[in-house]
Amino acid sequence: MKKPGLCDYPLSETHGDTICGPQGVPLDKITLEAVIAGDVGIEDLRISRDALLAQAGIARAAGRDTLAQNFERGAELIDVPGDVIMQTYEMLRPGRVQNRAELAAQAEMLRVEYGAHKIASFIDRAAGIYLQRGLIDE
Amino acid sequence: MEPPPAANRWRRYSDWDARPLRLDKFAREDPENGFAAFKGAADPTSGVTISNGRIASMDGVLAHEFDMIDAFIAEHHLDPDIAPEAMAIGSDQVARMLVDMNVPRADLVRLARGMTPAKLADVVARLNALELAFAYAKMRPRKTPGNQAHVTNAKDDPLQLAADAAVAVGLGFDELETTMRVSRNAWSNALACVVGSVVGRWGALFQCSSEEAEELRIGMAGFTSYAETVSVYGTEKSFTDGDDTPWSKAFLVAAYASRGIKARCTSGGGAELLMGFHEAKSLLYLEARCLCLQRGMGVQGTQNGGIDGAPLTATLAGGMREMMAENLLAVWLDLECASGNDARATESEIRVGAKIMPYLVAGSDFICSGFGSILAYDNSFNASLFNGEELEDFLVLQRDFEADGGLTPLPEATALDLRTRAVEALSAVLEELDLAHPTPEMKASVIAASGSRETQTFSTGETTRISEAIETRGLSVTDVIRALAKRGFGPEAQNLLNLVKLRVSGDYLQTSAIVRDGHVISAVNDPNDYAGPGTGYRLSEARRDEICNIRDQLGQNEVLSAQARHKKSEARRIAYLGAGVAGMGENAAEVVIGISPAYGLQLFQTTGGRNLSEVLKCLIDGIEAGGGTARVVRMFHTADTSFLGLSAAKISGSGIGIGIQAKGTAIIHSSGRLPHNNLELFSNAPITTLEHYTALGRNAAFYALKQQVEPILVPTKGEALGARYHAQVALIHAIETGLVEPDRAPEEITPKFLGEPQGGRP
Repeated sequence: MKKPGLCDYPLSETHGDTICGPQGVPLDKITLEAVIAGDVGIEDLRISRDALLAQAGIARAAGRDTLAQNFERGAELIDVPGDVIMQTYEMLRPGRVQNRAELAAQAEMLRVEYGAHKIASFIDRAAGIYLQRGLIDE
Repeated sequence: MEPPPAANRWRRYSDWDARPLRLDKFAREDPENGFAAFKGAADPTSGVTISNGRIASMDGVLAHEFDMIDAFIAEHHLDPDIAPEAMAIGSDQVARMLVDMNVPRADLVRLARGMTPAKLADVVARLNALELAFAYAKMRPRKTPGNQAHVTNAKDDPLQLAADAAVAVGLGFDELETTMRVSRNAWSNALACVVGSVVGRWGALFQCSSEEAEELRIGMAGFTSYAETVSVYGTEKSFTDGDDTPWSKAFLVAAYASRGIKARCTSGGGAELLMGFHEAKSLLYLEARCLCLQRGMGVQGTQNGGIDGAPLTATLAGGMREMMAENLLAVWLDLECASGNDARATESEIRVGAKIMPYLVAGSDFICSGFGSILAYDNSFNASLFNGEELEDFLVLQRDFEADGGLTPLPEATALDLRTRAVEALSAVLEELDLAHPTPEMKASVIAASGSRETQTFSTGETTRISEAIETRGLSVTDVIRALAKRGFGPEAQNLLNLVKLRVSGDYLQTSAIVRDGHVISAVNDPNDYAGPGTGYRLSEARRDEICNIRDQLGQNEVLSAQARHKKSEARRIAYLGAGVAGMGENAAEVVIGISPAYGLQLFQTTGGRNLSEVLKCLIDGIEAGGGTARVVRMFHTADTSFLGLSAAKISGSGIGIGIQAKGTAIIHSSGRLPHNNLELFSNAPITTLEHYTALGRNAAFYALKQQVEPILVPTKGEALGARYHAQVALIHAIETGLVEPDRAPEEITPKFLGEPQGGRP
């Protein structure tokens, strides 16, 4: 799919042969038989980066920039393990970390290990505001 | 004699005290202390300044003084390219644009991106309740309306959850939401509801409301498809008191997207007031902040309109209008709206009905963000505005107004089939995964039970062990799909797989997405295109038929077959022997009883359930007890009570006659009077007893004998007799009028009472 637009929606009906789960199994191959045979597991029943970015493209084409940006942040988290996600979420909650450096370190880790640039900037910006509002120290 | 004591109370107030309404409490407006729906003591004047393409001030606060919410809104919601244009338009003019069908929705959505919370609140506050509802109908994102159900029970019983989920889906709910009495039962609740939700059809999205981290884990195991517990607040202190910030919530929203799980936020008037951090600002202004924040976060939708704060909001003057205004703000900001009508905000059924009406006629992405599909006591979120008890009231409102509230009447036999199949399917999964072994007695009790008080099922401890086993063994939805397939529940296995596959494409992550007939529809491919009459959502003929087809409708067949059930027994009690054309009577003590064309021939009981043979016998006995003589005549030329009575009077030797229709309406008439100026009338046949008919006969004799008469009054209790009987009455009367022969003379009747024991009601 080059640049997804409104005519591509819903992807499951227009691109069922090419939209894949995170391990590369296309939607059309996710059948009951395959699940019963054990060829398709829970890891195949998740969204892939490509699919979420395609949804971001559709959202933008529908005039929903902030929704698209959320999908783009989400796409960066697809390969981030659940416990790291929960750890990051915890750190962003009030009073969990004491200083800006801890949040900056988490942002840097997500940037370097998972290529999560938008998420990292988002966390950095949060840290700036938290500092300004007295939630954390420098 | 002592004069009576002066009254210290008009007793009507005691009557009013006893009504459910008086259990509701009403708060006095007190803006300084946060008790104001629209006009807070500290609500700012709207305004924005932009410097070098950045927001320099918003609603009177300079950028360096922004709190976290201001900062987030300024950065992620407010568009500096649109703000100068949007903020320059007068609020009155924008308000008119909202209700102008010639101003496209898209234009208003664009302008909202350049408006501050204070501006948005100022605009919608100018609309009255009718205008709010109209604007909501125009602005809501998805064209097709929908609804959401709560599926919970007081025992966290998985068997009942499965049965109730299947029923909720059968009724047409697009989303199901569960929660627990014991938080550890989250996994068991999730498994049970999702299995029940795929019985019959697939496509209802499902969520398990629990602790944030656990909810995400349950979602990752594939049991749930959406989340709406991402709460946001309109003041910084409530936000941090709720243990979050705009950034932590926005991160959570992105995390849900990364797992292919649909998410919406929750906010609503009254939340900050309940938490004690209202900053003396109005409910509407604080909610405007919440909603700008949500749009900025990029969440696709919101659950707002009071929500947990609805009962408090409803205590305020204008509180219900405020909830409508905040729902309008949500859809104006292009957010999917699950529009509250959730926590029961009143004990008054009238206020309940009034609360739902604007949403029912305007439509909503989800009319209720939790219609209690179960009984109120089983609702683990607390009672909803509508609960299982009142579900049919909602169905009838849909039919009354030909409005699509998202639900479809469910035939009784279908409901029982769905419950049985769901309980069997879940039992098979529990056994196959070695989680539990429900007994036949447990299953049978749950299938038939209206609510959990009637079930013999798992103990709470047993359910908790099931839940913990699902979690600790790392079971996922694929294990459930395999178990269903292996145990012969192929359609359910396929349905469940279809549901989970939604997350691979992510189509249902777009704004206002639901699944109908196996297809995702959302604001992208089913956009609201309202532009006046004939546009936007309209009921198709097929959908109208579904909505209108409630149970137990009356037609002529039903009336005739109900009457026919009494035909044989009446034939054993009376014979109406014809004795030729009726002539003029000469006996001055005579009362003629004029019976209607269908009396005892096609119709056999009054609407009050009295056998017509007994009614006639009572009239005759009464006349004789009063010293008169009765003569019975069948009229063919009319079925009208007045003319039955007047015609009888005109051939009566005394000039006094009784007219009676088969449905039981009876009249005493005198030959000299105008048709509708009768002597006595029993118009409420359903509550007219045999004693009343006897007394009517006696009074007729008194009139004939020119004695003093006390008219008979049939007391009512104020029942809505028209609602109860008029459909039946009209159908019965049509049978009578169908037999009218305008030119046929009255016939003399000799009633022969056959001495059969009497049935029917006294």
